[in-house]
Amino acid sequence: MSVTSIGKYEFEPLDNQENFHGNQLTYINWEQHLLFCAPVCLPLPPEMPFGTLVKEVLPGVYNKHPDYEKIKWDDVIWKLDGADFTPNMNASLADNGFSHKSLVRFWTPGLDGIEGSHS
Amino acid sequence: MAEKRKKKLGIKQRYSMLTRGLGWDTTYQPMDKVFPYDNYEGIIIHDWEGWEDPFRLTMDAYWKFQSEKEKKLYAVIDSFAQNNGHLGITDARYVNAIKLFLTGVSPLEYQAARGFTHVGRQFRGVGPRVACQMQAIDELRHVQTQIHSMSHYNKFFDGLHSAPHMHDRVWYLSVPKSFFDDARTAGPFEFLTSISFAFEYVLTNLLFVPFMSGAAFNGDMATVTFGFSAQSDEARHMTLGLEVIKFMLEQDERNIPIVQRWMDKWFWRGTRMLTLVGMMMDYMLPKRVMSWREAWDIYFTEAGGALFADLARYGIKPPKYADIATKEAEHISHQAWNIFYNYTHAAAFHTWIPEKEELDWLSEKYPDTFDKYYRPRLEYLDKEEKAGRRFYNDILPMLCQVCQIPMGFTDMDDPTTISFHSSEYQGNKYHTCSHGCKDIFDYEPEKYVQAWLPVHQIYQGNCGGAEVPDVLKWYNFNLGADNMEYQGSPDQKLWDEWQAHRKKA
Repeated sequence: MSVTSIGKYEFEPLDNQENFHGNQLTYINWEQHLLFCAPVCLPLPPEMPFGTLVKEVLPGVYNKHPDYEKIKWDDVIWKLDGADFTPNMNASLADNGFSHKSLVRFWTPGLDGIEGSHS
Repeated sequence: MAEKRKKKLGIKQRYSMLTRGLGWDTTYQPMDKVFPYDNYEGIIIHDWEGWEDPFRLTMDAYWKFQSEKEKKLYAVIDSFAQNNGHLGITDARYVNAIKLFLTGVSPLEYQAARGFTHVGRQFRGVGPRVACQMQAIDELRHVQTQIHSMSHYNKFFDGLHSAPHMHDRVWYLSVPKSFFDDARTAGPFEFLTSISFAFEYVLTNLLFVPFMSGAAFNGDMATVTFGFSAQSDEARHMTLGLEVIKFMLEQDERNIPIVQRWMDKWFWRGTRMLTLVGMMMDYMLPKRVMSWREAWDIYFTEAGGALFADLARYGIKPPKYADIATKEAEHISHQAWNIFYNYTHAAAFHTWIPEKEELDWLSEKYPDTFDKYYRPRLEYLDKEEKAGRRFYNDILPMLCQVCQIPMGFTDMDDPTTISFHSSEYQGNKYHTCSHGCKDIFDYEPEKYVQAWLPVHQIYQGNCGGAEVPDVLKWYNFNLGADNMEYQGSPDQKLWDEWQAHRKKA
């Protein structure tokens, strides 16, 4: 449907990619670890290799959790924008299919949070 | 001989002269041109005279009535200040509920004044116009009396110094702000459905009753007195809410689907915003009134159920997703507290881990969910805090495009998994937290693509700078005083000193 208005109603979205200084927004969620209350949002360069995201970005996001150091990265299950996804660690985020405001979720089998509470 | 004096008007005549008698049909310009906003929404009105004034009050009686209430209120506020009323509250943690109210709710009263002033000009019918104008003045009075009642706390406690400034800028305050922005930028009938009906009629008891009984239970006489003083106004606002719905539904059956859609939308937006109240009730009141779950059952399931049973004769159904909201009543207060606990370094109030008896109270009130999902996390965080490792989340959260709350709500069929929804619009992705928010986005994407999402605005560089402290300064926070954990805060230190003095005395 479209908006009910008294006249022409066309406005620029506030979050167009060009407003983010060469970055694209990326949302990240570690599933079943709700100590982190919500997914995080980070502006990342599309040319960043996926491996850099895992090795250099994710620790700063999640390493306060006691489960973090137990993660076996080869076993991690990934989803990108709702679809199953096997990342290529050496390829860029863009080449892995990330676009502006993509959501990447990951599951770490065997780790179910603080005292099994999924926190 | 003196002329014979004219007889005084009877009450009925006088009422009619001072309300309906104030309007006229224009002749130099067509009515449609003078009142351009009251039909574009698709609401069909055949007879504006069909509007029944929900309360019989003329402006002169209104002034008299309000000034009496005002005298009483200010006498209590003065005596509260003179007698150091802040020393009588249960615990300094309580003041954080006041901080949330003053920055999150009081500015909405001002927004409401603006909204009702606007629609009070836009209806061609005199009845609704007068009612809206009167409510506009009420709302202005509420924001003033709230600021006056609560300003006493600003002399002693942190975080109360810049409420309007913060309301326009701070990330979590964009939740209530965007709610009202959405309502005020709708047409006049949608505005009344959102604010007068969904908010003031269906959901108001879930906002005012908890805050005001919370104040009473926790020794805050200033706020309680404000509450009493606003009560008769609120009663009037509720009757306006119901009248506008009945008016629209009775005028033309083509209005029914439009009204239904607005009810669905504003019920959902309202429940999302009330998450803040749920958190306040379950976590922020040192002496608790009732749980959010109990409040929801009484004020929505029972009272709202009766209301919608009554509206069924017009063909109106209970709001869409009311069943999901009812399931969520088990979870949202805990999830919201976790959001604020994660990001207290960026909030203008403190958070803390409830004490053991308080955790026990939550276990008792939420037997099916609290011990299973939430207590282990809180106990872990407590241990970490006591070991000197107070947990903060260093990365900004993903927000819902519509309600603007961090995406911390879980799927009610799978309560440990975050609920994700998304839409594509003109080649861009938009994420929402629920079916309710997604429906709202999908119906009017042109509107919500303009959302000023605080996290995205920070990353665009529009909020004072690139580092968190720059942003917090732009918010007008006193760093280290307004924000961070309650334990060890200046508020706590001051309160503990007062208690120590009291023991000595």
